Amino acid sequence: MALTGLFLCLFLVGHLLGNLQLIFITGEEGKVAFNEYAYFMTHNPAVKVLSYLTYFSILFHAIDGLMLTIQNKKARPTNYAMNKPNTNSSTPARYMAILGTVVLVFICTHMVNFWAKMHFTNMPLHTITKSIEAPVGQDPTTGQPVVKELEVDYVYTTNGQYQESKVSLAEMNYSEEKYEIKKGTMLYDKTSGLKVAEGLKDLHSQVMTFFGQDIKGLPSNSNALLYVILYVLSMAVLGFHLWHGFSSAFQTLGLRSKKYVGAISMAGKLFAVIIPAAFAIIPILIYLA
Amino acid sequence: MKLNLKIWRQNGPQDKGEMKTYPIDGVDGDMSFLEMMDMLNNQLVESGESPVAFDHDCREGICGMCSLYINGEAHGPDRGVTTCQLHMRKFNDGDTIYIEPWRAKAFPVIKDLVVDRSSFDRIMNSGGFVSVNTSGNTVDANSIPIPKDDADKAFEAATCIGCGACVASCKNASAMLFVSAKVSQLSLLPQGKVEAKERVLNMVQTMDDEGFGNCTNTGACEVECPKGISLENIARMNREYLKGALTK
Ligand code: HEM
Ligand code: SF4
Ligand code: FES
Repeated sequence: MALTGLFLCLFLVGHLLGNLQLIFITGEEGKVAFNEYAYFMTHNPAVKVLSYLTYFSILFHAIDGLMLTIQNKKARPTNYAMNKPNTNSSTPARYMAILGTVVLVFICTHMVNFWAKMHFTNMPLHTITKSIEAPVGQDPTTGQPVVKELEVDYVYTTNGQYQESKVSLAEMNYSEEKYEIKKGTMLYDKTSGLKVAEGLKDLHSQVMTFFGQDIKGLPSNSNALLYVILYVLSMAVLGFHLWHGFSSAFQTLGLRSKKYVGAISMAGKLFAVIIPAAFAIIPILIYLA
Repeated sequence: MKLNLKIWRQNGPQDKGEMKTYPIDGVDGDMSFLEMMDMLNNQLVESGESPVAFDHDCREGICGMCSLYINGEAHGPDRGVTTCQLHMRKFNDGDTIYIEPWRAKAFPVIKDLVVDRSSFDRIMNSGGFVSVNTSGNTVDANSIPIPKDDADKAFEAATCIGCGACVASCKNASAMLFVSAKVSQLSLLPQGKVEAKERVLNMVQTMDDEGFGNCTNTGACEVECPKGISLENIARMNREYLKGALTK
């Protein structure tokens, strides 16, 4: 319980640092940073080991926690007619299982919304569009070249470059794709049939639309405010779970002495406030932007 | 002072039991809680009802026999006292007072407010002792030097009177504070070090077998303990347990 709980606390710190890129780096640079990070997190073997450890920790922690709670309920078959637990213990400490279950529900929906999409669906690739003036022919009477605004799409690829992928001219209903996309991200040259590069999934834009920004080419999300509110509430619940959980884990491991007990308790409370608050501020800022 | 008592009545272990209301008048603020109970019982006997059964012995806060969950707290609203040391001046005229037995699977009710705490004895039997050579040659206890700090900590732990308030007030009915006080008291001293590993493993095993719940560090026990036994003891027992489990 304590080991998995503390490991999950470490996981929270790592995950938070990743997420903070969403608000601290803006514009195309932020998009590149975040999508490269998302690619790294889904492809690096060391990260894979860590992520399996995390899945295991969540499962073990949740199952063990719920089993403990059931055993503990059985240890008192008859309840008191009058009980005043507020006089001797903190409320979060007494509701760990309920708080944890809410966190578990949050983790599941969160994974369906982002993790599963990133892993199992073909989301649009990270693309930028530029307008380029180019001659498209000659005026038959004057002999002057006709210049039009062409839209050119570039896919951002794993080797850090923008690969020209599509040229279109709306008014002439003209559009030419250079690549065929296979397995969601692999760009295959249409003429040669060879694999040219691998594009990055645009998780950044998914997150931005999820929390209310309008991104060109993606359907806008009318439930964004609700999602932001649910996210913030879940972080509050996580905060209460950690308010007791962080220092409790040290006690479980026997790491307590007169000298450090105050410091651990203070660190736990700071952790319980700062980490969830920092998570919560991200969707709020995205929504307001 | 006039009080309205709501008391758990249960005529034997198999009886279903229920809360019953008893009005009482003429209670003096200087009475102890148990004297107030005596007064009630006199009235009940005089009116031909059976008196309320409750545990007590020394009535001076040292034996750990008295119990009672009073108005939602073990040993009542006062801190650092047993029920026998709780005075009626802590209550006000007209108060309703709920009086219930300790509630835990491992402490089954025998009658009314009396519970069977022999599970604590079985935990003690499984490791709460030191083995000494009794075949003569008694060693003078003071010949073993003990660091003052250890002696103080062991003494603090030894002040646990085994009342069970920790179990009663824990939301998990866990006996960790009691067991950790006993484990600490012995393992801090040189005489107890020899059997330290078996002791903690056996006592924790018995504690679990007896049906006590698991500790989730809510800290209610420390607040309600009449002897101020510290959670530090639980941390020490967790350390000892980890050491024992890993190396034995
Ligand atoms: C990111 C998510 C989570 C983190 C960081 C976390 C952290 C912690 C920590 C540090 C503890 C204290 C452990 C101890 O005292 O030994 C704890 C306890 C607990 N957790 Fe979690 N937890 C998380 C999610 C969950 C989930 C999903 C559940 C499942 C239902 C859950 C249920 C519990 C329960 C019941 C306890 C109380 C047990 C005890 O105090 O010993 N937690 N958690
Ligand atoms: S630890 Fe305190 S509350 Fe528990 S049995 Fe000992 S004296 Fe009673
Ligand atoms: S009767 Fe002995 S401690 Fe209360």
